[in-house]
Amino acid sequence: MNREEIKEIPKEQFEPAPIDHEAGERLEKPQLSFMKDAWLRVRKNKAAIVSLIILALIVIMAIIGPHLSGHDGYEQDVAKSNLPPRVPVLENMGIFDGTQKVGGEEVNKYEQMNIEEYYWFGTDSLGRDLFTRVWLGTRVSLYIAVLAAAIDMLVGVIYGLVSGFKGGRTDNVMQRILEVISGIPNLIVVILMLLILKPGIMSITIAMVITGWVGMARVVRGQVLKLKDQEYILASRTLGAKNNRLLFKHLLPNLSGVIIINTMFTIPSAIFFEAFLSFIGIGLQAPSASLGTLIEDGYKTFQFLPHLMIIPCILICVILIVCNLIGDGLRDAFDPKMRD
Amino acid sequence: MAKYITKRIIYLIITLFIIASVTFFLMKFLPGTPFSNEERLTIEQREILNAKYGLDQPIPIQYMNYMVNIVKGDLGVSFQFENQPVMDLLMNRIGPSMQLGVQAMIIGTIIGIALGVLAAMFQNTWIDYGSTFLAILGKSIPSFVLAALLQYYIGVKLGWLPVASWNGFSSSILPTIALACFPIATAARFMRTELIEVFGSDYITLAKAKGNSRGEVAVKHAIRNALIPLITVLGPMAVGLMTGSMVVEKVFAVPGIGEQFVKSIMTNDFPIIMGTTLFFAFLLTVIILIIDILYGIIDPRIRLNGGDK
Repeated sequence: MNREEIKEIPKEQFEPAPIDHEAGERLEKPQLSFMKDAWLRVRKNKAAIVSLIILALIVIMAIIGPHLSGHDGYEQDVAKSNLPPRVPVLENMGIFDGTQKVGGEEVNKYEQMNIEEYYWFGTDSLGRDLFTRVWLGTRVSLYIAVLAAAIDMLVGVIYGLVSGFKGGRTDNVMQRILEVISGIPNLIVVILMLLILKPGIMSITIAMVITGWVGMARVVRGQVLKLKDQEYILASRTLGAKNNRLLFKHLLPNLSGVIIINTMFTIPSAIFFEAFLSFIGIGLQAPSASLGTLIEDGYKTFQFLPHLMIIPCILICVILIVCNLIGDGLRDAFDPKMRD
Repeated sequence: MAKYITKRIIYLIITLFIIASVTFFLMKFLPGTPFSNEERLTIEQREILNAKYGLDQPIPIQYMNYMVNIVKGDLGVSFQFENQPVMDLLMNRIGPSMQLGVQAMIIGTIIGIALGVLAAMFQNTWIDYGSTFLAILGKSIPSFVLAALLQYYIGVKLGWLPVASWNGFSSSILPTIALACFPIATAARFMRTELIEVFGSDYITLAKAKGNSRGEVAVKHAIRNALIPLITVLGPMAVGLMTGSMVVEKVFAVPGIGEQFVKSIMTNDFPIIMGTTLFFAFLLTVIILIIDILYGIIDPRIRLNGGDK
C-alpha cells in the first residue's frame, strides 16, 4: 500500500460513530422465566428426562390401568385363585404361559381348570386379578404420597417464611419448637399415631405430615434469612411494599427452587413410609390395596407364588428410583452454584 | 463448647420428656386391650388384672408412676410375656440387633467410601456412572423389598444361605446385606460430592504441581479431608438402620428388638411398645448428639452456637 492510496480514503470514513447509549443495556440472551430456565437445565439431564417419561407412564397406568384387563380388583373368585401370570402373545414364546412349578413339576393351572381368561399378572389367593390390583395400589400409594408432600409443603413453607421473615423473638421461639420436634424420630411418631388413629388413607397421611414438614420449614427459613437482606427486597420496601407483597411477590418466587426440590424428595420418602407401615402391618387395611399391602400379602406366600410379591416390588422400586432421579435432576437444575 | 454441650443435653432431656409423655397418653387412647381373651374374663377377673398392672388408678397417678419409673430405668412389665420386665426383654434382644447394625454400618461405610472415591477420581466415566447408579439403587430400594428378594433368590432358590433362622454368622449375612444398602448409598453419594469439591481446591493443585501422582494426591491429601464431613451423615444413617432393622428382622426372623417391636404392635403389648419407643428415641437422640459434638471437636471451622445464624 503506498501513500497515494491512503490519501484516497474519503474523509467521512473517519467520523466518530454515533454513540448508542442503549447498547450497553441491551441483553445478549433472551430473558428466561424461572421455569423456562429450569426446564432448559433439566432437559440436558437424560436420566431425569427418561425418569420423567416413566413416571408419567406410571401415573397414566395408575389412572387407566385398573380398567384395562377387564377384571375387577375386589371381586373374589376362589375358583380362580393363585393363578400364575399368562399373557396372550408372550405365552407362545414359552414365558408367561400360565405354567408354574408345583412340587418340582410344571403344571398349567389354566389348562387344568379350563380357564379361558388371561390374567396378565396372575391372581392372588382370593382370585383377584393382580394386574388390576397393582395399578389400584399404585394409585393409592401415589395419592398418599402426593397428599402428604402437598401438606408438608404448605405447612413447612408457611412456618419457614414466618419464622425467617419475622426474625427476633418469634424466630427464636419457632426454632426451639422445631428443634424439639425434629429431635423426635419420625418413625416413632408415625407408628404411635397409627396405633391410635383408625388405619386408612387419611390417618397415614396425617401421621406422616406431623413430623414431615420440619425439613421443608428449615430449608425455607434458611433461604429467607439469606434473601431478606438483599437489595431487591430493600428496594421494594423503600417503594412502600407491604409485608404480604414482599413475602408472596418477591420471596416466594425465589424460593420455588428449594421448595420444588424438597417436595420432589418428600414424595418417594412418603411412598416408602406407606409401604413400610403396610409391611409391618399397621398400614392400610383390607380390602383397600396399596403397593405396600400387596407386597405384604405376596410376602406371605412368596415361596410358592413369588410373582405376587415380585411384581409389586419391582413397581415400587421403579417408582422410587425414578422419583429420586427426577429429584436429583431438579436439584442440579436449580442449584445456583451451577449457573453459567 | 461446654455451653453448647449443656444446651444440647437440655434439649435432649426436653425431647425425651415429650416423647415419654406423648407415648404414655397415646397408649391410653389406644383401642383394644392387652388381655387377648378379655371377652371370656369375668368382671372380677378383669378387675384383678387391672389392679395387678396398676390400670385401675386415675390416669394422672399412672402418669406420675410411669415417669418416676422411667427415670429409675424401669420400663414396666410386659403383658404378654409372663410379667417379664420390659428392660430385661430389651436387653435380651439387643445383641442380634446391635450385631446387625454394627456390621451393616461398618460394611456400608467402607464400601460406600470406596464407591464414592472411585466415582470422584474417575468423574464422568463409566466408573462414575456405575457407582452413581448403584448409589441411587441403594437409596431407592426399600430395605424390606431387598430383604424379601434376597430371601427368595439367595435363600430359597439358590439355597446358599439360611432363609430365616438365627444361629451363627452365616445367618447374619443376608440381613446385613439388606441393611447395608442404605449406608452404602448414603456414604457413596456424600463422598463423591465432597471429594469433587476438594479436588477443585487450591491445595490439591499445589500437591499435583509438586509432582505427586494422582493416587497419592487422592489418598494423602483429598480423602482425609473429605472424610471429616462424612461424620454428619452417620446420624441419618443410624435412623435408616433403625427403620430398616424392624422390617429386616421381621423378614429374616432375627430375634432382635425390631422384630419384637413389630410383634408387640400386633398384640397390643403397651409396655413393650412404650419401652421400645423410648429406647429407640433415647438411642437415636444420644447418637445424634454424640455425632454433633464429635464433629465440632474434629472440625474447628464449625461454629457451635446451635445454628442461630
